[in-house]
Amino acid sequence: MLLSDKITGVFLVGLGAAAAYGGSLLAPVPGQQVGPNVFPMVVGAGLMLCGALITFGVGSVLEQEAEADLAAHSETVAPMTAPSPFVAAFKTLLPPLLLLAYVFIGDRFGFVPTAFGIVLAVSLAMGARLKLALPLALIAPVLVHLIFLKLLRVPLPPGILPMPW
Amino acid sequence: MLATLLEAFRMVMAPDVLLAILLSSIYGLVVGSLPGLSATMATALLVPVTFYLSPIAAIATIISASAMAIFSGDIPGTLLRIPGTPASAAYTDEAYAYTRKGEPEIALGICVWFSAIGGIIGTLSLMLLAPPLAEMALNFSTFEYFWLACLGLMCSTMVARSNPVKAIASMLLGLLVSCVGIENPAGAQRFTFGFTDLLGGIEVIPALVGVFALSEVMRGMTEPEPPKMPRRKFGSIMKGMWKLTKEHPLPQVRGNIVGIIIGVLPGAGADMAAWVSYSMSKRFSKTPEKFGTGHPEGLIEAGSSNNASLASGWVPSLLFGIPGDTITAIAIGVLYMKGLNPGPSLFSEKASSMYALYIIFIIANIIMIPLGIIMIRLASRLLSAPRAAIMPVIVLLCGVGSFATGNNSFLIVTVAVFGVIGYVMERNGYPVAAMVLGIVMGTMVEQSFVTSLIKSDGSIWPFFSRPVAAVLAALTIAAVFWPLAYWLWSKARGAMSTAGAR
Repeated sequence: MLLSDKITGVFLVGLGAAAAYGGSLLAPVPGQQVGPNVFPMVVGAGLMLCGALITFGVGSVLEQEAEADLAAHSETVAPMTAPSPFVAAFKTLLPPLLLLAYVFIGDRFGFVPTAFGIVLAVSLAMGARLKLALPLALIAPVLVHLIFLKLLRVPLPPGILPMPW
Repeated sequence: MLATLLEAFRMVMAPDVLLAILLSSIYGLVVGSLPGLSATMATALLVPVTFYLSPIAAIATIISASAMAIFSGDIPGTLLRIPGTPASAAYTDEAYAYTRKGEPEIALGICVWFSAIGGIIGTLSLMLLAPPLAEMALNFSTFEYFWLACLGLMCSTMVARSNPVKAIASMLLGLLVSCVGIENPAGAQRFTFGFTDLLGGIEVIPALVGVFALSEVMRGMTEPEPPKMPRRKFGSIMKGMWKLTKEHPLPQVRGNIVGIIIGVLPGAGADMAAWVSYSMSKRFSKTPEKFGTGHPEGLIEAGSSNNASLASGWVPSLLFGIPGDTITAIAIGVLYMKGLNPGPSLFSEKASSMYALYIIFIIANIIMIPLGIIMIRLASRLLSAPRAAIMPVIVLLCGVGSFATGNNSFLIVTVAVFGVIGYVMERNGYPVAAMVLGIVMGTMVEQSFVTSLIKSDGSIWPFFSRPVAAVLAALTIAAVFWPLAYWLWSKARGAMSTAGAR
């Protein structure tokens, strides 16, 4: 997700404008000069200004200097050559997508089966062999369940596979 | 005073606190030494556990885990030239030069020994600085708090190792996130878009876990496995350390002082301290040509500095609720949860808890030496754990841990969303630490701003007419215009050099 400064700058200008407009719609406190509308408008205006400056490339020299400094002092890990940008994007987005999936199906299937799926998927996507991924996916969720449910008393959903504790 | 101190000792010596220190130290050492897992991430993942501990045990967990993780980030830096935490990046090259010479034990010895000393001196600074500042802060009104918060936010952007304009934009994004919810002057539903889950605002802890932990996993998904650490036998690790301590007093003192100052500055943390100290050491050294070839001076200075900054980072956090770095940004959340609300009165009302905090810092830095040595000896074995076995568990802990902070599935959505935001920002050079500071401090900035305006009947004048407020305001405004001045200056310099070349 490497975007040019122009794109992120324009996005910030848009976001700032939306925030300032959204803020201006809020009703002020009766009898007061300032209300909930002031802060979003100030922040929105600031974002618009910063976005514009970034679009015009202000300060990018410093960024390059810092990056060069870091590269000179330690090993830079080159990104793996992915078969295609789509595969790389999918792999990158896999962890948050799995967490969202947990939110939607976790209650029905229960913590342990859903967590099994999450661990197995992330592990395989990172290139683990089944010999490692499968035992990990079987053991880790049960241990996490034990610690969080029993010791920390977090109500994790039992679903289709309630644990004996 | 003595009674309070005894009470503090009694609190720390409780079995649950001691156990918490030991376990979180081991956890911090292991997580910090794994490349790609930072000290902040180690701390963020611990927060859900602290919910279920006593207040002192909770603070002990955060302090010991973060101190250990900052040190153990040096281990893969020394042995593999890959820093375990960003705080080690500044001197990774220097430490690795020792390994190339076949003397990794000297570099690791310097790291553990001077980290521990730096940590203890940082703690002393916290003990000396905080009480008088607290006394002064008791006279502060909302005007001063407003400027103080603004200055904190600006500091976080000035010291970010990136484009300052992007850092300011990140900080404003954080402030915008803090606008969500009904916690505003009129209790209006602001930016909730009809979602009841957003009424209470965006929870800080899940957002932090997303930005610091989940986004790191996302980055790891497409990065290759770091090289395996070769098994090696280490010689004596502490041998010659006392001699080095006596030979290089100046780098130590300078490193500690710089670390303390940078720690106290809001938003600037251990990584910044290490960078500044390393370059300072090189500049003032009599033998700058030896730097990068396995020379102790820079390592001593930067190693002391990053651990010293860790303790002094608690000064603004405890006094004003303004985080000194990303780790204390998390710690502030824990403090509020445990009824130790940051503020100047904390030092008079909960004095024994404050003493306990100092004692924990000192204990953590002392046990760092033996535990650190054990960790160094086990490193090659522990670090051979493949990433594909660690990252999936971290994803699971991100989800369950955040859920545990409020038993609400929406918190998991927050983690996922902020994971993506953090990843995109980091890839494009927007420092996430500045955004986190904005999220943590947004409510405070708005409240002090609006309360001050109401008090002054809409007039801006009192923001500048009170002496302390005026000084803070001048500093803040200078910080705002600094990037612009720098840009103009570099443009002028560039124009001059091209004119000279003609």
